[in-house]
Amino acid sequence: MAIKNEARYQRQIRLKDFGRSGQQKLAKAKVLVIGAGGLGCPALLYLAAAGIGTLGIIDHDIVELSNLHRQTLYTVSDIGRLKADCAAEKLAQLNPDINIIPYPLQLGTQNAALLISKYDLVIDGSDNFPTRYMVNDACVLLNIPLIYGALSENEGQVSVFNVPDEYGTKVNYRDVFPNPPQEGEVLNCAEAGILGFLPGIIGTMQAGEAIKLLSGIGEPLVNKMMIYSGYTNQSYQVKLIPADDADQTSPADLDAFLHMDYKWFCGIKGTTGAVQELDAQEFRKLAKDSAYSVLDVREPGESPEAVGFPFRKVPLSAIRRQIPALDEQKIILFCQSGVRSIIAGEILLDAYPGKEFYSLKGGILRLS
Amino acid sequence: MGCNRIQLENVPDTDAVSSCLAAQYPELKQMKYKIAVDQTVIHHNKILTDGMTVAVMPPFSGG
Repeated sequence: MAIKNEARYQRQIRLKDFGRSGQQKLAKAKVLVIGAGGLGCPALLYLAAAGIGTLGIIDHDIVELSNLHRQTLYTVSDIGRLKADCAAEKLAQLNPDINIIPYPLQLGTQNAALLISKYDLVIDGSDNFPTRYMVNDACVLLNIPLIYGALSENEGQVSVFNVPDEYGTKVNYRDVFPNPPQEGEVLNCAEAGILGFLPGIIGTMQAGEAIKLLSGIGEPLVNKMMIYSGYTNQSYQVKLIPADDADQTSPADLDAFLHMDYKWFCGIKGTTGAVQELDAQEFRKLAKDSAYSVLDVREPGESPEAVGFPFRKVPLSAIRRQIPALDEQKIILFCQSGVRSIIAGEILLDAYPGKEFYSLKGGILRLS
Repeated sequence: MGCNRIQLENVPDTDAVSSCLAAQYPELKQMKYKIAVDQTVIHHNKILTDGMTVAVMPPFSGG
């Protein structure tokens, strides 16, 4: 097979173990990147540049100003545009010789298996547990290699799932984390914060693992998880082994997969609506009203500190451990982005059905 | 957690490590982390001997 505009890849073809055959393998490969955010942007950039023949991009989100410090495919003029379309356009400018397919849609059990089955390899750059479990399960059932990458504050994890080692053993996400954390237990980037360079490193590593795996060079992280600290530059590799069959929690077949409710599985109850959400304006008014008391349910040390109204600090983790005594009747809860305050409200409402609970929509970030 | 290291004494097995950590870091009590001993993930309680390294791996969701 002739390689179009071969000069573009001349430096990597020159690498002895990669060579022209490595380049041809990449040209034939179809890679699906789930999430065109912090991890997806650098992964896509290097996969497109390396000459992956077909590159699918799934993301239903639009570009926001707060994305630009880490999602380096986008610029100010892209704000408000669909990430999948925008990323596809940028990557086509970088490498017009490859086939780029944007999917500006929400991935769910109804479309995941069909989409994933069209590809040879999947890169998980999603930002939530329901999607991570769903993508993992679909890849397990379809037997498609999955390059996992995930971040928390100053650390990242990378691994290669569903690829048999020399003994035929393979592992997946559920062998490491069989039970998902409860909603609000692990903070996402919007809540915990992240420096832009870390997804840059981890997403680039995911692209590297894909390129090594597809071209058959080096030692991809098959049955290993690498944990990298952006603060210390230390990395730690852990060997992964399959969990006992009896402990498997994944759907048995594609039909069972179709009927999975991954949000429910990850402890995300549809909000009952019993905790009423307040916008920033309503919040400011009521927070100063003596008939209402305000609770900050964030964990100690989270910033920005709330100012301009009286409040008490009662972290969600403490509420989960023990329901606090509440004398007041009308209680407004807030957190960083408005996710944990709803959860706290639902827990407290269970314990105090006679009281009224409110949550600041969008969290303290909306107050500034 | 992560790349931070602490020394623990009198911990006969990994369950004891979990209890010990829960006492020192109450927020870990509710966290569904995975444990690795000497750089291999374990799925059941494991007896520890001197000098073994136990790593705590929390699930990450960020992307």
